[in-house]
Amino acid sequence: MDPLLHIKNLTVSIEDKNILKDVSLEIEPGKIYALMGPNGSGKSTLSKTVMGHPKYKVESGQIFAGGEDITAAGPDDRAKQGLFLSFQYPKTIPGVSLSNFLRSAYKSVKSEEIRVFDFKKKLKDKMETLSIPEYFADRHVNEGFSGGEKKKAEILQAMILDPKVIIMDETDSGLDVDALKIVAEGVKKLQTPDKAIILITHYFKILEYLTPDVVFVLKDGELVETGGSELAKEIEQNGFQKFGVTEVVEQPATEVVEKNEEEKSEPEEPSSPFAMID
Amino acid sequence: MSTTAGTASDIITTKPIKAFQDIDRSRFDDKNEERSVGDVNYGINEKLVRWISSEKNEPEWMLKKRLDGLKAFQELHMPNFGPSLKKLNLDEICYYRRADEEGNAKTWEDVPEDVKTTFEKLGIPEAERAVLAGVGAQYESENVYHKLKEEWTSKGVIFEDMDVAIQEHPELVKEYFMNKCVPIKDHKFAALHAAVWSGGTFLYIPKDVDVTAPLQAYFRMNASRGGQFEHTLIIIEEGAQAHYIEGCSAPQYGMSSLHAGCVEVFVKKGARFRYSSVENWSKNTYNLNTKRAIVEDDGIMEWVGGNLGSGVTMLYPCTILKGDRSRADHLSVAFAGDGQFQDTGAKVIHVGKETKSNVLSKGLSKDGGTSNYRGLLRILPNASGSQASVNCDNLILDRSSISCADPVMEIHEDSAEVSHEAKVGSIGEEELFYTMSRGLSEEEAIAMIVQGFIEPIVKELPLEYAVELNRLIELEMEGA
Repeated sequence: MDPLLHIKNLTVSIEDKNILKDVSLEIEPGKIYALMGPNGSGKSTLSKTVMGHPKYKVESGQIFAGGEDITAAGPDDRAKQGLFLSFQYPKTIPGVSLSNFLRSAYKSVKSEEIRVFDFKKKLKDKMETLSIPEYFADRHVNEGFSGGEKKKAEILQAMILDPKVIIMDETDSGLDVDALKIVAEGVKKLQTPDKAIILITHYFKILEYLTPDVVFVLKDGELVETGGSELAKEIEQNGFQKFGVTEVVEQPATEVVEKNEEEKSEPEEPSSPFAMID
Repeated sequence: MSTTAGTASDIITTKPIKAFQDIDRSRFDDKNEERSVGDVNYGINEKLVRWISSEKNEPEWMLKKRLDGLKAFQELHMPNFGPSLKKLNLDEICYYRRADEEGNAKTWEDVPEDVKTTFEKLGIPEAERAVLAGVGAQYESENVYHKLKEEWTSKGVIFEDMDVAIQEHPELVKEYFMNKCVPIKDHKFAALHAAVWSGGTFLYIPKDVDVTAPLQAYFRMNASRGGQFEHTLIIIEEGAQAHYIEGCSAPQYGMSSLHAGCVEVFVKKGARFRYSSVENWSKNTYNLNTKRAIVEDDGIMEWVGGNLGSGVTMLYPCTILKGDRSRADHLSVAFAGDGQFQDTGAKVIHVGKETKSNVLSKGLSKDGGTSNYRGLLRILPNASGSQASVNCDNLILDRSSISCADPVMEIHEDSAEVSHEAKVGSIGEEELFYTMSRGLSEEEAIAMIVQGFIEPIVKELPLEYAVELNRLIELEMEGA
């Protein structure tokens, strides 16, 4: 059987700067993966490339979803192939309610019509499991959401869209312990034998709730080690020293921001989704 | 006085997202066989003005207003700002024609079949059954259908064809018509309007009467080169409340058409009035409309508008906050597609103390269209404790389209609080990626973001209009 996601010799650049170098990995159903690495190692680049961000240019290599080559597919087609990216910085969509947003997404991804009533019920059920208040369904997508609310809303979206591969880019950052627990519980609920979860994380606390089956370590855009959950433990204790990095591993903090190449200049809370032009 | 500055004047083009095809206007551009009769020549002169007045059997004072208007029209200059009006040949416009119906039909059954078809396509009968308290629909230059629910009649509400109102309520019309609010000499097209106006709506809400259901009039131009110069006069007496809806749609036709209507609104002490409109004239139309309200103490005036059609629009609804503690809200959205120039905005003049105004304008442009915000905020000396907020947002959907913001502020009162924000931009790549990563195609994602962009305005419109406006924008956005 084909793996859910197969990344084959992937080399990626952004604005002519080479970020990922010859990365290969396979994602199989029923497993939890942790993608770790020091700042700027290319973790977010990998997740955005897999999801089809137009700014990330695949120089060579291929991406397969369920055996199908999606290297050139748009983000919408990848979503339909069962990929989901929980954003590190979820975007605000003013004027569009979370409920409408998700219903449109559901109709696209599932290629099926759903009655407003049925959808609202489904949404309400999932919101309850994540302790998201009901009125959030009518709030505009991520507008005025706190860091924790945004992350929970991302998990909610994954629950509704029911993807096969869920990539969680720093989903655990910006959460207090209670929110982290709820998110981790949510992730557990997402995990079924036919799905795979990829946790991109700095924050080991979440690994107390979720034990990865496989740990990938990225450094300078290269996949330098693959191991089991013991590899994560080792990194928690010693940082990335063994990979020649002296950087201290981030301690649990309210907001851990990965200052990598693509996020540096991006504000956390843009006031409008429309790029300002001066 | 405190201000937060925005960009005063930006002319921007941005990267293309996708080329969109033209809207399917067939629903709106069906043209009935012309029904007009009479042998009115094109162009304007004193003979025509006198003829219109005598056809309508008007009192002498109205004829005098018309002649004053004609004189002012001939003396005044064309606007020296905004879109070019060079291609508007005022000698080729037919300024008055009447449909061959006699008088106003009172029930739907009395309305001629082809007129009915036109209105049915626009959803009038349903609208009337569903929510509306009364319907005034203008066909060509005269109303053919006018009705007011008895409930309101018994409360003294007058909702009448303007021509009829002159005959039946001459004292009210004479007092308010084009003198206190929009003077005849206000500008060239107001003067033209005074000379050749025909039809329109007269709405009078007596003291303390609260009309809960919205009142509606639908206007429609149909004949080639047929000008439309309807006059809307609205008087909301002390403590009264009402909501009036104007919807416009016109069929497409070869020669240039001119719409120069005039809306005058009087909001008395403690009264509250909302004027909602969706204007969707065909793209060969010059929409040079004048809308103005005067608000007395503690009164509230709300303008909610959507402008989609017209080749050229120059429309700047104005509120004069004359009374102390009076308030104004201006909410508008404008859409400019291929060949369209939407020059719209809001004018607010603070005269009274502790007056408040809020302007929120959203502009969209695509396929080479131009959508400009042109506004004026003037706070006069002694309008102490006034607060004003002006917010104009423009979204450009492709590289060939243009958008500018020109919000002029004249603040002559130190204690006034003014906030101002002007934005011109395109849809952000990250937002598009985020939305598409949830399975929406690029077009669907853009449509959704655009719908969210105009949501603050659309949500203020009555449901039917909100649906229609959203649908129209959706059609504009669709590729196929």
